[in-house]
Amino acid sequence: MMVFLESLNSRLPAWQKAIDFKYSKLLRKKNDMKVDVSFVEGAISTKDEVERIKQVRKACKVLVAIGACAIDASPSAHRNFFASKELNEIKPILKKFGYLDKVYPLSKFIKVDRQVPGCPMDEGKFVGLVEQFIKDGV
Amino acid sequence: MHKDMDIKIGTLSKIEGHANLDIKIRKGKVEDVKLRVMENKRFYTQTVRGKPATAVPALVSRICGTCSISHLTCATEAIEKALGVEPSEQTMLLRKLAMYGTIIRDHAVHLYLFCLPDMFGADSLLDFAGKNKHMIGECFEIKAAGNALSTWAAGRAIHPAFSRIGGWSVLPKPENVRGVIEKLGHSREHALELARTFHECDWNFERDSQFIALVTPDFSFLEGEVCGTKGFCVPEGDYYDHLHSVIIPYSQATAYELEGKEYMVGALARFNLNKDALHLDTIRDCGKMLKTFPTGNVFSNNLAQAIEIVHCIDHATELLESITIKQEKPKEPELKTGRGAGAIEAPRGTLWYGFDIANGAIKDGHIVIPTAQNQIKMENDIRALVTELIGKPKETIVSECEKLIRAFDPCMSCASHFLKVRWL
Repeated sequence: MMVFLESLNSRLPAWQKAIDFKYSKLLRKKNDMKVDVSFVEGAISTKDEVERIKQVRKACKVLVAIGACAIDASPSAHRNFFASKELNEIKPILKKFGYLDKVYPLSKFIKVDRQVPGCPMDEGKFVGLVEQFIKDGV
Repeated sequence: MHKDMDIKIGTLSKIEGHANLDIKIRKGKVEDVKLRVMENKRFYTQTVRGKPATAVPALVSRICGTCSISHLTCATEAIEKALGVEPSEQTMLLRKLAMYGTIIRDHAVHLYLFCLPDMFGADSLLDFAGKNKHMIGECFEIKAAGNALSTWAAGRAIHPAFSRIGGWSVLPKPENVRGVIEKLGHSREHALELARTFHECDWNFERDSQFIALVTPDFSFLEGEVCGTKGFCVPEGDYYDHLHSVIIPYSQATAYELEGKEYMVGALARFNLNKDALHLDTIRDCGKMLKTFPTGNVFSNNLAQAIEIVHCIDHATELLESITIKQEKPKEPELKTGRGAGAIEAPRGTLWYGFDIANGAIKDGHIVIPTAQNQIKMENDIRALVTELIGKPKETIVSECEKLIRAFDPCMSCASHFLKVRWL
């Protein structure tokens, strides 16, 4: 998300002409989930998130996984590698807040069309992809 | 007049990370306020155990992209103190500059993208039109200047790569300094204008609380004692001994009290305690605005942040004008075992790391996040605000609560990632 904001530093005027920013809780309160392209960052760690990512998938034509966590689950997936002592410590929290047994990448639950790797994501690749979407009309 | 009302705000907008707010009003009284941090835990407290100490700063940097330089810098300080490493003057200077870059960028995001829309009755800065449209460009110009500074000093503005335990693995290139100075210079007038805008804002919300911050001699966010507006003052290593964590059953975050009471950290606390240490050029150009402080008005946190952007530009420019980079390698730790703690002022307030290291690996670690420290005051303030607003329409109560929460500038991504552990 921060790299997305940084990529706007010099490009916002041009992108605003070509892109309708429909959904970003970071930027506005009133949002519309129905979009052409969804950019999704982060891994899937709870049952609620599984439902949520399925909704996001249904509401878009093209879904782009942004950054290492969305693509590979790591670095958010530390707990997948915990020893039993650590697993026991965190167990009550996992249960209480409806966590999944492990942390998963987006592709475990939905079809991912494109991806931008890196931690943080590679800004050049992200900008290239967005410009390609603009050029091709998605 | 409404006697009963339930307010649920799912996923608060225009803050860092995810949180919900539930308010319950019964018989004209606020019965319950719950600020639920909804970010998932990634269990960093457990994750760091057994990891090589030298690898931990880059690991905890991933707690939050926005705050990555702060986590990296503070974790590095705590590990260096544990292992007997004294960073060189040049290393401290580069850390200062990287932090100034991050403060400029973070405050610009918070003030322009999260707060200004409330002041101008828009949902988003991107919707600003007419005579206010110029603010969009100014926001991104200031952000870019902050980024340029962090990138020059530390390699990247998010998860920077040059910093190591003991120093810098790759040193910045002095020939690129001029471009950074120019960018900072172009941003200065915008930052002053931004400060004037917040100074003219008459929003007020005040309750009696202690304000806590690391008091640094040159307002550089890195070194000093942790002090409070009600007489509290301890060396940074001892800070944790005066806190106790409060488990909030409905939230994924831990909260803190200081000696049994709520308190607030952040730019407002820094100004209430230490405004005289600001850069002289900043004091000269913001003198009238600085008379606002000390104040308990939470909304003045926004004004303090705007003036901090000016200070970071002024002090960074002065440091860069005379900087020379001498070739030196990171210092090697003398010890493999030890215990150490450090505090810095992150954009959102005092950040504290403590590590217990054995044979070069982390045995135990603890981290105190600014937003977790503000959580109890935030809830108490919301309760008092809603009490004042009872009888007003629901939409008014919701928007007033959102404005107040944004003034604290919480970061939910950071707040959720730690579990209370016993310090062994």
